[in-house]
Amino acid sequence: MSVRFRVNGREVEVNVEPRLTLADCLRHHLRLTGTHVGCEHGVCGACTVLVDSAAVRSCLMLAVQAEGAEVVTVEGLSSDAELTPLQKSFRKHHALQCGFCTPGMITTAHALLTEEPDCDAARVREVLSGNLCRCTGYIPIVEAVLEARAAYQPEARASDRSGKRA
Amino acid sequence: MRTVNSLIGSPIERVEDLRFLRGRGQYVDDLARQDMLHAAVLRSAVAHGRIRAIDTAAARALPGVHSVITAKDIGNRVPRVPMRLQPLPDFEPFGQPVIAETKVRYVGEALAVVLADTAAIAEDALGLIEIDIEPLPPVADRQASAKDASLLFEEAGTNRAITFRAVRGDVAAAFAGAPYVRRERLRTQRHMALPLEPRGLLAEWDGARERLTIYGGAKVLFFNRRTLAKQLGVPESAIDIVENDVGGGFGARGEFYPEDFLIPFAARLAGRPVKWTEDRREHLMCMNHAREAECDVEIACTRDGTILGLRGHAYVDVGAYMRTNGAVGARNVAQFMSGPYRIPHIDIDVALQLTNKTPVGTYRGPGRFETDFFRERLLDMVAQDLGLDRVEFRRRNLVSQREMPYQIATITPFESKDELDSGDYHSTLDRCLEEIKWSEKSKLAGELIDGRYHGLAVGCFIEGGAAGPKESARIVLEPDGRYSVYVGSSAIGQGLETVFAQIAADALEVTIDCIGGVFHGSTSYVEDGYGAYHSRSVVMGGSAILDAATKLREAIRAQAAQRLDCRPSDVEIIEGVKAVGPGGKSVALTELSSISAEGAFLNKKHTYTYGAHAAHVAVDPKLGHVELLDYVLVADCGRIINPLTVHGQAVGSLVQGLGGAMMEHLAYDQEGQLLTGSLADYLIPTASDFPNLRAVVLENHPSPINPLGAKGAGEGGIIAAGGVMANAVANALSALGMQPRELPLTPTRIWELVQAAQQGVAKQ
Repeated sequence: MSVRFRVNGREVEVNVEPRLTLADCLRHHLRLTGTHVGCEHGVCGACTVLVDSAAVRSCLMLAVQAEGAEVVTVEGLSSDAELTPLQKSFRKHHALQCGFCTPGMITTAHALLTEEPDCDAARVREVLSGNLCRCTGYIPIVEAVLEARAAYQPEARASDRSGKRA
Repeated sequence: MRTVNSLIGSPIERVEDLRFLRGRGQYVDDLARQDMLHAAVLRSAVAHGRIRAIDTAAARALPGVHSVITAKDIGNRVPRVPMRLQPLPDFEPFGQPVIAETKVRYVGEALAVVLADTAAIAEDALGLIEIDIEPLPPVADRQASAKDASLLFEEAGTNRAITFRAVRGDVAAAFAGAPYVRRERLRTQRHMALPLEPRGLLAEWDGARERLTIYGGAKVLFFNRRTLAKQLGVPESAIDIVENDVGGGFGARGEFYPEDFLIPFAARLAGRPVKWTEDRREHLMCMNHAREAECDVEIACTRDGTILGLRGHAYVDVGAYMRTNGAVGARNVAQFMSGPYRIPHIDIDVALQLTNKTPVGTYRGPGRFETDFFRERLLDMVAQDLGLDRVEFRRRNLVSQREMPYQIATITPFESKDELDSGDYHSTLDRCLEEIKWSEKSKLAGELIDGRYHGLAVGCFIEGGAAGPKESARIVLEPDGRYSVYVGSSAIGQGLETVFAQIAADALEVTIDCIGGVFHGSTSYVEDGYGAYHSRSVVMGGSAILDAATKLREAIRAQAAQRLDCRPSDVEIIEGVKAVGPGGKSVALTELSSISAEGAFLNKKHTYTYGAHAAHVAVDPKLGHVELLDYVLVADCGRIINPLTVHGQAVGSLVQGLGGAMMEHLAYDQEGQLLTGSLADYLIPTASDFPNLRAVVLENHPSPINPLGAKGAGEGGIIAAGGVMANAVANALSALGMQPRELPLTPTRIWELVQAAQQGVAKQ
């Protein structure tokens, strides 16, 4: 069946089986392979994307449920020009090794910082506990997210909107 | 003017991150081909049984199904998964057919492969295959295995694959007059590497050129190519195995698995590209398991705490088959039980027992995590018995710097001798105690504060690295003046591209931007490669790059000398940009015609990174919950190339080790059914489990046996975690006399131990 939604600001229409997950639709139909599939049962969080601004496990959602939604993937949170402040912070703190969990970490952290730019370490840990990482031991990820809070403060985001935005 | 060696030792941000952070990494499941078929594998739901019939008719009739492959489609004899390490004749009877032939021996063993237009149709078709298996009595644990009542391989007549023995000195004499002896039984549980990216393969068969290209390789591409070429009856040169971005390895990914034959075979059979990606359930029951070991050992000491000897038996549950590196963990349990300590007399045998469970292989720190738990637990019990300070007892028995190189136990039957290469083991212990503020905190040992008992522990470890025999590299001076580095090592997420660029740039005396790329992970890049295991990439691949760089600079000088009409020894290469001869005559390197040089590093010795761990825990005796209040890891890993990545290895492996210590468990029932087939059942650490830990990585004692002075890192965090956490919990609950003898230390297990101890105390 046909489903229409927006992905990273672009209107898409795809013809899918009702049983197709949003994750598989993004990866294999729309070729947005930045969204990773690690468990297909909603535990690992690697497939996290933003659906109408909420962090959602795209392996637990069917593509047809995305009808009319605004979906943002890690590709939509990135630019060609340079890394975003959140991505720069991840790089600086060595908050990724194999990179497989990273897209889910970025989308989850972005959703958290957008809603709660003043969250503390305990809150970051609580929210990220839904995303598994087997390489880093999480310490540098938490540090990276905490440091990126500055870029999500209302004044920082206002200047970001008025300035360059790829 | 830059100075030489300014990159090695610098915390250079990784080049890999630029693609990973933007969702531009390319893992094998990200690949797609026109006309591609999708494979799904039917797996045995029975742990032990004889195959009577497999009926694939209904599956083949499903629209969208291309074909179904079973053992009888493979040929006269189904190929076996080979032993990559320790390929002893003893293991041959226990090899795994790449697809079940006459029997199934574990839940998850491949029975059939469906090829279909979509992955969903292939999975639908699995449900239409009718399997008739005559169940046989399952061998669920090593005790049942040892009885040999039900045999996995009837023709072998035994479930014991082999017995290794680790010997040093004369243990009988050491025990004969020993004033103190303690005997203990200790056990570690089956768990696994669990990289976050599931396994996958994409195989393409080019019928016209009779060539296979396989994507999704990792770790040991060249060995796997040799294996597959033999199995398919094609020359090695007809196969290229390519490594994509790899979502974690930890020893388990990249070994030759049954699918490494089945998927390329299917692609050749179908004449079309075939892709296969496992799901997490398959991963949990098919990728190598590890760590299920038990020991019954005795230690002999003087009353003042000098260790005299160690003897006894160990048992490793190796699962249903002996495949690739399945003997390494068991060997290490025996050989490294002495760890960093001076134990003059050792005699330990280790039996490799087959059971109807997933075959084992190496997992980060193979055998070492297990044997460190055994040894460090034992040391704390001895210290308690003899009224010795735990730290002084360890200090007294650590191998000292002047005893290096120090010979450790030799393994039979293959006479594997080894020696500890270098270092100051006391210094890392002292630093660790200082970092955790031992003298202050140890006063809390056993104290009950706000309903929780506090406990402390410290333990020492060694980590082996630099497995030989060889690694290869090639450096090419490109027409644009930049350098391309090709290497036989493999990247498994550890930041190889960055670290190797640092080594190459320093060796070539250029800036890191002059390294156009580090190319790894294809059997087409270098003549022969050995890959990534046993903490070998930096030592072996890095040293090979040094050799190639030296040779490339010689080649540049030679060619420039011809142009400048002088002797090569008169040519100076300036900043990797131009070659200057006598009198200032120069030639730009971009003007030289294609120059490349091959390098290699050969090595028979191992490096030994070493260090200490210390933990401070609070244990709630009513809930069995353990909170980690502080944990310090100190490791000296020789020369550090990139402090950022080496620190990442230390912390990451430590948290994996805490997972093995506290929660991870591949549980089976007596029927050989895996009870933990999802990530909701198989628990690994999350961001909220262990927030309080630190790693201090030192480079005070470079290795004397390679030109970089590196020792390899990445396992030191995991190795000591089980022993140290168990000792910290025992220390906390010392008032109850509780001694954990088994991992993991789940709340349930601790609660049960507390209950048992309290009842014991009440009875007295």
